[in-house]
Amino acid sequence: MKHLMTALLLGLLLTACGNATEAGKEQAANTETTEATETKPEAKTVSQRAEGIAVGEQAPDFELKNVDGKTYSLAGIKDANGLAPKGYVVIFTCNTCPFAVASEQRIIDLHNKYAPQGYPVVAIQPNDPAIQPGDSFEAMQERAEEMDYPFVYLFDEGQEVYPVYGATKTPEVFLLDADRYVKYHGAIDDSVRDPEGVEEKYLENAINALMKNETPHPPVTKAVGCGIKA
Amino acid sequence: MKTGLILTIMLLTSSCGASADQGTAGSASDEREVAAIYEGYPKADSLLAGIPVYPKFDDIAPLLALNNDTTYIVNFWATWCKPCVKELPYFVELGKKYASQPVRILLISLDFPAQLQSRLVPFVEEREIKPLVAVLLDGKYNDWIDRVSPEWSGAIPATLFYRGKDRHFVGEAVHSLEELEQELNTIYQP
Repeated sequence: MKHLMTALLLGLLLTACGNATEAGKEQAANTETTEATETKPEAKTVSQRAEGIAVGEQAPDFELKNVDGKTYSLAGIKDANGLAPKGYVVIFTCNTCPFAVASEQRIIDLHNKYAPQGYPVVAIQPNDPAIQPGDSFEAMQERAEEMDYPFVYLFDEGQEVYPVYGATKTPEVFLLDADRYVKYHGAIDDSVRDPEGVEEKYLENAINALMKNETPHPPVTKAVGCGIKA
Repeated sequence: MKTGLILTIMLLTSSCGASADQGTAGSASDEREVAAIYEGYPKADSLLAGIPVYPKFDDIAPLLALNNDTTYIVNFWATWCKPCVKELPYFVELGKKYASQPVRILLISLDFPAQLQSRLVPFVEEREIKPLVAVLLDGKYNDWIDRVSPEWSGAIPATLFYRGKDRHFVGEAVHSLEELEQELNTIYQP
């Protein structure tokens, strides 16, 4: 609880959620400035048009750096028994978004419950630290250590993975089967903001369905979250 | 002895009278404030420092379906959302610019219930935007996001412009007053 309060406070202090500013317009003033000020890299808007992978399509694999400094791909990730997973619980999440912070313990619990059953959580941090300093790799490492994350917490450095998946916010879930086909996409449950108010555990129900070789229903849900900072 | 008793009774009755007056005055001014600002809006279950607080999406659903000639600009935001806070002044400016036109701006806060008093109220009071703000507490987002717009991914900020049956949804931040006005102009031109 204390951790959560600290995290919330941190989240508030480092407030930044929603979509970032557009590049083009600010490009007007060009490079010939003699000011010694640091210029932030141009930010691009996250497209809200339908793109990314739909339920039933195959998600791409990737190679991303984990907080332990090593590179991981879906092909290389094992479940809690050291075996090839039966599925992957890919969750785009971050340090700073209050919704992600509110979901943090639930993500930890999900991994502890399902990794031994073949479904490990694969957390990916998609924000650009140049825009959102609280989501730097160092900050990710600190958080993972502080909360003793049992899952990999990967850094989408260069922000190339999340657009292919079509993630638009944190937290956002893509439940994949063993062959990386998307089986469920959306929210962890129906009460992202408040763990006490959960009535429908969408993601758990979806994983349980996969374990019985059934189709998750609903296959897609939505929740409010912080737009990814690009 | 008798004097003491009489005095005591006088004291008690006078103090009772005083506190009753204060109580009535407080709630009456709150109600007046609501009546002036939110004429025609759904009655809120409660007010927080004069800001209407709606527990469920159904409570504000009428605000997204008003059938008249006014153009409504309904923005979803939160104090902890940096791009939301950054674009807010454009909405306030637009409101002033179109003050004499049939355009109404509504800033619907999705701030966390536990942070309304500590974050939202000071924020709204400092920027003097109280007339524009309402709070939606409904945390069952999956049930109502699509009712705002099927295009909405759920990321904030997001803004719905509508006038009667015409609807225009912007699922991301606006970056200038001009851009905001352009979005408005897709539905309404002065």
